[in-house]
Amino acid sequence: MQMAHPGLPEFDYIRPGTLMEASRFLADHPDEARIFLGGTDMFVRMRDGAWTAKYLVDVKGLHGTNELHYSSAHGLVVGAAVNMNRLISSPDVQNYYQLLVEAAHSVASYQLRTRATIIGNICNASPAGDTTGACIVLGGILKVHGLNGYREESLSTFFKGAGKTILKPGDVVTSIHFPVPQEGAAGKYLKLGRNAIGDLSIVGVTVFGYRDNNTVSGYRFKIALASVAPIPFVPVQAEAVLAEKPISKETVDEAAQFAMDACTPIDDIRGGAKYRKQMVRNLTRNGLHEVISRLGLKI
Amino acid sequence: MGYHRITLTVNGTAEQVDVPSNMTMLTMLREKLGLTGTKNGCTAGECGACTVLWNGEPVNSCMVLAVECDGTRITTVEGLSSADLLDPIQEAMIEEGGVQCGFCTPGMLISIKALLERNPNPSDYEIRDALVGNLCRCTGYLSIISAVKKAAYKINSQAEPAALAN
Repeated sequence: MQMAHPGLPEFDYIRPGTLMEASRFLADHPDEARIFLGGTDMFVRMRDGAWTAKYLVDVKGLHGTNELHYSSAHGLVVGAAVNMNRLISSPDVQNYYQLLVEAAHSVASYQLRTRATIIGNICNASPAGDTTGACIVLGGILKVHGLNGYREESLSTFFKGAGKTILKPGDVVTSIHFPVPQEGAAGKYLKLGRNAIGDLSIVGVTVFGYRDNNTVSGYRFKIALASVAPIPFVPVQAEAVLAEKPISKETVDEAAQFAMDACTPIDDIRGGAKYRKQMVRNLTRNGLHEVISRLGLKI
Repeated sequence: MGYHRITLTVNGTAEQVDVPSNMTMLTMLREKLGLTGTKNGCTAGECGACTVLWNGEPVNSCMVLAVECDGTRITTVEGLSSADLLDPIQEAMIEEGGVQCGFCTPGMLISIKALLERNPNPSDYEIRDALVGNLCRCTGYLSIISAVKKAAYKINSQAEPAALAN
């Protein structure tokens, strides 16, 4: 037999004809089947022996997975099979969801983004996912097909741990939906990597701001942090202080400190825990100042 | 493990191959089709030595299953030159000293080809950004960046007379 060098372990490639067929197959083989989108993380883990699978179930091409559509009434839908380069080059995404473009562009390299997808990035549930923060602060809602048909899942309750989500065997995330952003909204993704471009994040800070009359300042700020806890997460107290106080340098410093205090990073090859915490504070402060400036606020 | 019969177009030639489920596009190109210009570097989607054009878009061929190539179109480094004529990008790489050991060169050429097709006049930053996924341990990159600029000039110079004629 010819070896399938270089080194992917043996598996069977399955291409279901319908979403229900996919859900049933995945539910029938809970410990043996894995959903296959771009494979950018999965192949590496399978080659390393960290992941095994008897079946790879390719869901690209199933209903809704190739959709990339924006409307001023309903917002943006990004199918699970839409690769990051297609997302980045979409004029609608560039016009209305610049933060998503910025986050996706920070992922690896152009040729890897030909394979990488934001749904894969989310479902992989890596704490370091570069696009996850943008998806959280932009209010992304996942459309999931399971054995009982479609349902929606919020990203605020989606992540359960490093590599763990609420998805059950048989669940296939088919797309993510983003509401129409408010006019004049501004966002920033600040990624600290070992290189200026292309590396995994040591720390990732996403900041998003928009008009909201229910806050003291008339603006609301959303923050998501990556690589500094087992899951990508929102520093709730940091967001609260920005909503409850007038926006000033002191408020920004206070929010940045809350963000730092909310982190529980680890020491690893990319950076130490202490360094990561301090960089969360600094990058949160920098991100907030940039967003505040782009919103036209003077502090 | 299942096998799949796929048909595809590689460098303009129709091919039919039987591939196991776990075979990558990279392995298919090198071991089934004998196109060893595409190199196996890291097998992790990081070094870019295996980059090919897949339906016109650059991709790490170690990150694609061969079975996914059914009905698709691939261009490898062997498909860049025609007859005895090198592609202007290949000429520029030679002239600017962008090749030393040569292991990264096939993937580098493909990424440059894709860059200049989507952006005929890239800035320094755009060149560096487009080549971030192609690692070179010999040149220090500066000669490659010079080659990209020279290739862009060559291609745009070739295009101008035709455009004027129209």
